[in-house]
Amino acid sequence: MFPFIFEWVWDIDHLVFMGGLWYALTIIGLGLTYCVAKTIIDIKSQEGKGGHDTHH
Amino acid sequence: MTTPAIPEGVKRCPTRQFALWLAVVGAVLLWGVYAMYLCWYKGLNQTNMNDAYGFALWIWADLAVIALGGGAFFSGFLAYIIGNKEVKHIINYAVIIGFICYSSALLILAIDIGQPLRGWFIFWHANVHSMLTEVAFCLSVYFAVLTIEFLPLIFENPKLDRIPFVHHMAHNLHEVMAVFAATGVFLSFFHQGSLGGVSGVLYGRPFSYRDGLFIWPWTFFLFTWSAAAVGPLFTISVTRLTEAITRKKLVKNSVYQMLAKISGWMLLTYIIAKIIDTWYWATEIAPSMGFAFMDFYSNNPLYGIWILVAEIILGGVVPALILITRKGRENGYLLFTAAILAMIGICLNRWVMVLQVMAVPLLPFQEWFMYSPSWQEVATTILPVAYGIILISLAHRYLLVFPQEKELNPGN
Repeated sequence: MFPFIFEWVWDIDHLVFMGGLWYALTIIGLGLTYCVAKTIIDIKSQEGKGGHDTHH
Repeated sequence: MTTPAIPEGVKRCPTRQFALWLAVVGAVLLWGVYAMYLCWYKGLNQTNMNDAYGFALWIWADLAVIALGGGAFFSGFLAYIIGNKEVKHIINYAVIIGFICYSSALLILAIDIGQPLRGWFIFWHANVHSMLTEVAFCLSVYFAVLTIEFLPLIFENPKLDRIPFVHHMAHNLHEVMAVFAATGVFLSFFHQGSLGGVSGVLYGRPFSYRDGLFIWPWTFFLFTWSAAAVGPLFTISVTRLTEAITRKKLVKNSVYQMLAKISGWMLLTYIIAKIIDTWYWATEIAPSMGFAFMDFYSNNPLYGIWILVAEIILGGVVPALILITRKGRENGYLLFTAAILAMIGICLNRWVMVLQVMAVPLLPFQEWFMYSPSWQEVATTILPVAYGIILISLAHRYLLVFPQEKELNPGN
């Protein structure tokens, strides 16, 4: 799973296979990070406006 | 004033009636949990698996629920990638059904590996040449995607929605849902396919071995295509069943018609490819490995030619022909019958590709290897069904799963 695990080999098989996994995990991680960060910003800006909800 | 947990504008059964329903299904769930405990505590000697059957009922159940749960990824593809607006009226339910199917598959696998505490080995010490490793990766990551897709729906519960973080998080998750849905489609394509690839690459098993494209046997593509075709039909069937139980109209007929039409054409193209694949296997691949076609369908108490006919004709050609015709789709009974037949067809396909593969004798002096599951295997296979019913009941009661429900039931 990681290059520091003893059976890791720097070949095309590992790069494609593990690359696919890390590619998917990165997209999911970035997507969730964006949502959490945007949520915190939204809450802060809502508090700045006196707590009135503008969504929906 | 307290905010009610049940969404505004919809009517649900009294709490006592709901609790009684949960208790009945919960009893079945507990039976499965007890069998699961036995398998973990005493080991896999609680099953009827043996040297001939390393894969048995559990793996069939896994493949079947993953295929039926394919409605989530295909509906997500139609809604978020293609931009089909009708599908958005049923996508919530497709996600919940997918979530149940994939969590069930993971639960069954956790029992099947015998030592769940070592489950992480498949990730940490990954064999990059194994179709099953790819399945494990995609299954786990796609389950994470389904959980993310399920979250906004949970967050919109009236009680939770009052919490500012939850309220904004639901809104922001909706905004980027297309990204998660696209990731889910990518993951589903590969794990649905790799499940078919597992049997297709077994060159020591002439019943399942197939040629293919690069590293992928034809079964890879057939499994993905069939899951995309039948998954939405499972979603339709569960929705119709929910309508019958709750005695409410939850989704407009136009949504069913549209999904059924797409599924019908997908099923027709799949079954044509499957017939060609079967014909080529029967006339070229099997003979080249020293087997005649009827060697696989005779001299045993279960696997006759009937199973191939049932899978392809009854579970493939017939429902496809019903679903591609407007009259077939518009008749509620015919639509439901076609969906049931297609689901039986795909379950039979997964059965033969897991269990008949194991049953066929490989050497001239061998007999057929027959298998029947132990009660522990049966109970742990029924366990996810009970769990699914409970989760659906809770979701329907406390979440606004169907956006059209208020409009279709104005007087409740």
